[in-house]
Amino acid sequence: MTQSEKYTAAAYLVVFLAVLVYVVIIGSKLQRLQRELAQLVEQVRENRADG
Amino acid sequence: MKLPALAAACTGLFGLATALAFFYAPTDADQGLSQRIFYFHVPLALTSYVCFGWGAWKALGYLRTRRESADLESYVAIHQGVIFGALTLLTGSIWARISWGVWWSWNEDQLVLFLVLFLFYCAYFMLRFSIEPGPARANMCAVYALFGAVLIPVSFLAIRLSKRFIHPVVFNSHGPQMTGAQFLTFCVCLAAMLGLFATLYAIELAGKRLDGSLRELKELLR
Repeated sequence: MTQSEKYTAAAYLVVFLAVLVYVVIIGSKLQRLQRELAQLVEQVRENRADG
Repeated sequence: MKLPALAAACTGLFGLATALAFFYAPTDADQGLSQRIFYFHVPLALTSYVCFGWGAWKALGYLRTRRESADLESYVAIHQGVIFGALTLLTGSIWARISWGVWWSWNEDQLVLFLVLFLFYCAYFMLRFSIEPGPARANMCAVYALFGAVLIPVSFLAIRLSKRFIHPVVFNSHGPQMTGAQFLTFCVCLAAMLGLFATLYAIELAGKRLDGSLRELKELLR
């Protein structure tokens, strides 16, 4: 692989990796929101059962 | 357009853009293979300008209407702009290393002005997260975002106003200085980057709105 090929591949990889990392971060945030929503649903159910 | 359809269209465009950049666009006689970095580097830069411009437009919307959602939209657009800006600097630096033999050149007005624009919007987050949420923060952030918009045309025109440069000028008053195949590839790559911005903007905005609603719900249930 020539220097030019290496640098060109690196430039494209940087973009793809950044998008991948962004999707992973957003995915983990959505999982946290799902957990919080499940906790809230549980809380509402408990409140209804209590009274 | 619905988010899944937007994401699918963006993925398809990205695949097409990469294929065109590597297998359709002719190899540049002067720079060789490394010129193909252009097909991602320039659309990334243009998309970051669009993000900052959109953020400023939403900031103006906030100042006119005082809608909280406009402040959130402005923040998300600027966040996206900083990500695209960081990628522009990274890909540009890699291209500079192979073409000019250096990672960075302080003598290039275009590069330095883009860095100034990028750092200006990085400081936006310092401002935003140093103030308590509320109308005061939204007002200050909106004014700051609008000031930044002034730098966009300066950064864009810097290369055309500069007398001494080694940074290539592809678009001048005679139109794009490239072949039809190169221009088509560039247009598809630009559409892919704008599609990526639209998709990530919609996803992040949906996540932030959901987060806000959940916080509100928590408060109501206390």
